[in-house]
Amino acid sequence: MPADTTAEDAPETLERSRPISIDDLEKRADWIRLQTIDLIDSAGLGHYSSTFSCAELISVLYYHTMRLRPSQPDWPDRDRFLLGKGHVATGVWPVLVDLGYFPESWLEQFGKIGSRINDHPNMKLAPGIDFSSGALGHNTSVGVGMALAGKLRGQDYRVFEITGDGELQEGTVWEGIMAAGHYKLGNMILIADANGFSGAGPTSGAMNIEPLPARFESFGWEAIEVDGHDVKALVDLFDSLPENGDRPIAVVARTKKGHGLAMTEEAPQAWHLGLMTPEQRDAAKAEIGARLK
Amino acid sequence: MTDATATATGAEATGEKKEMVDVFSDEGIGAAAGSNPVGYALAQLGDADENVVTLSADMSGPLGDFRGRHGDRYFEFGIAETNAVGVAAGMAAAGLVPYVVSMAPFGLIKTAEQVRTDWVYNRLKIRMVARLSGLAMGFFGPSHQAIEDIAVARAIDGLDIVTPADANSAIGLLHSTADLDGPIFIRICEGLPPVYDRPPRIERGQWPTVKTGTDVTVIGNGIGTGLGLQAAQLLEGEGISVGVIDSAWLRPYDERAILDAAASTGKLLVIEEHSVVGGVTALVAEVLGRNGVSAHLADQAIPAGEIEVGVPAELLRYYGFTAENVASKIRELAKG
Repeated sequence: MPADTTAEDAPETLERSRPISIDDLEKRADWIRLQTIDLIDSAGLGHYSSTFSCAELISVLYYHTMRLRPSQPDWPDRDRFLLGKGHVATGVWPVLVDLGYFPESWLEQFGKIGSRINDHPNMKLAPGIDFSSGALGHNTSVGVGMALAGKLRGQDYRVFEITGDGELQEGTVWEGIMAAGHYKLGNMILIADANGFSGAGPTSGAMNIEPLPARFESFGWEAIEVDGHDVKALVDLFDSLPENGDRPIAVVARTKKGHGLAMTEEAPQAWHLGLMTPEQRDAAKAEIGARLK
Repeated sequence: MTDATATATGAEATGEKKEMVDVFSDEGIGAAAGSNPVGYALAQLGDADENVVTLSADMSGPLGDFRGRHGDRYFEFGIAETNAVGVAAGMAAAGLVPYVVSMAPFGLIKTAEQVRTDWVYNRLKIRMVARLSGLAMGFFGPSHQAIEDIAVARAIDGLDIVTPADANSAIGLLHSTADLDGPIFIRICEGLPPVYDRPPRIERGQWPTVKTGTDVTVIGNGIGTGLGLQAAQLLEGEGISVGVIDSAWLRPYDERAILDAAASTGKLLVIEEHSVVGGVTALVAEVLGRNGVSAHLADQAIPAGEIEVGVPAELLRYYGFTAENVASKIRELAKG
């Protein structure tokens, strides 16, 4: 092998704040919804409405905001992505395929015994997964560890985490939030997908978690509220993140559980976990697909 | 057989009274040893590998040497053990080698789910060093006793388990495990009678024979190894020959050592500063049963039932962790 490598050999890095139109990001969010419907259909069960509520977040983070290197998933300087609400991994798998982390054929095995991709993400099985999740309340602490490691080693990667709002009822999350504030982890961005529902009903009916911004601020974070389906607002917000801030950032993304499909918006709790009939599936895909034309 | 570097010194063991431990003390900082083997060894590991970091949940005292030499790699999380365990997982995923130092009852017993889900399932190279295990904090109440932690650890497949017999063994095992991949639970009790005259090299899964004997075999764990040696000395004059094995590793464990002991003496006494439920006695029984081996098996453990509270030295005597009581149990086994 020649000692020098050409530019063509160097792994391609997807830099932060990549140029992409708002319309394209919106369409990708809907494409994530369509893919989610298909994956759940093939597996026989899955989380629709929780995935739909953060489809715009996934779209903006992966196609615009985060610094990634799909050909080298363990590249030390990549931005980290943690899915605290691991049950929406279904919406991430097609994106990882699209970006080149693993082949499309893996999607056919989704949810089957022996598959590398399942309802919740496993870092040991799937390239592009920075940490496994499933048990709610774990990944904020994990993110603190990654952010501390980056600061210790002088690396400038950022740690993004999407949590559910129900997940914020877990006490360990607040231990992690307290530690992130204490250590002034400006390289950590927690995005609360505040869709107002957990598995059994309205989140704050089970246990009040509001006011979220004030709670984060009292732990030493900067808290920003945003419409989690407003792609332009999300792009602007993430583009404005400080380079060397000394406060962790909490993005309280106000979202609608089941967003983007009338059926799931009207009955978000019923579609937290389920399986559409073939007729429902076709109607749902037609409704969402119409926006992509 | 044990590695040549591991020399048993139980004959010289003093059997001194087990004092209460000041759990927040800086005592032992800068000392080679006995009182703070964990702090001593962790500082050395930090010298050798710049990826080694220590995490504390209000356990800064024993980490004084590490803090002094590698202050930027020491992280305090306050009284939030579960968070410390999760943070360690994130650090390990980013390439660091975290050592979480915890008080045993608030370590694995409290954070078992995080250890299982974040450390073990992901096969991350992390260590939990649980100090003050067993009855070491028995004065403070049942909340502070760690007599189920081996059982919890054994239930989490994929978690290596190391249980040093004395201070030198703790130092030796901290060093010999440094390069191993995957998560390790290191359980350390206090006031252990000396067994090794210098840090031994114990291979992964090895149970060193610290004394050979032909009538009864003591399978010691933690304090049990030194007690076995002391009892063996008491019984020498009576013509009872006692072998002593140090069950230093509980995952993986030394099945060959158990079966050899069953074949050679057929009379086994397990001594463990742990509940009789789910600990080393249970492990030995499982091995014998699975292999269809018949042997006399007795235990010196903490019996099932309500746990007493008191000064550790008195609690140990109350529960029979004395050379005299162990000798008595060995006599019974030898007769049978």
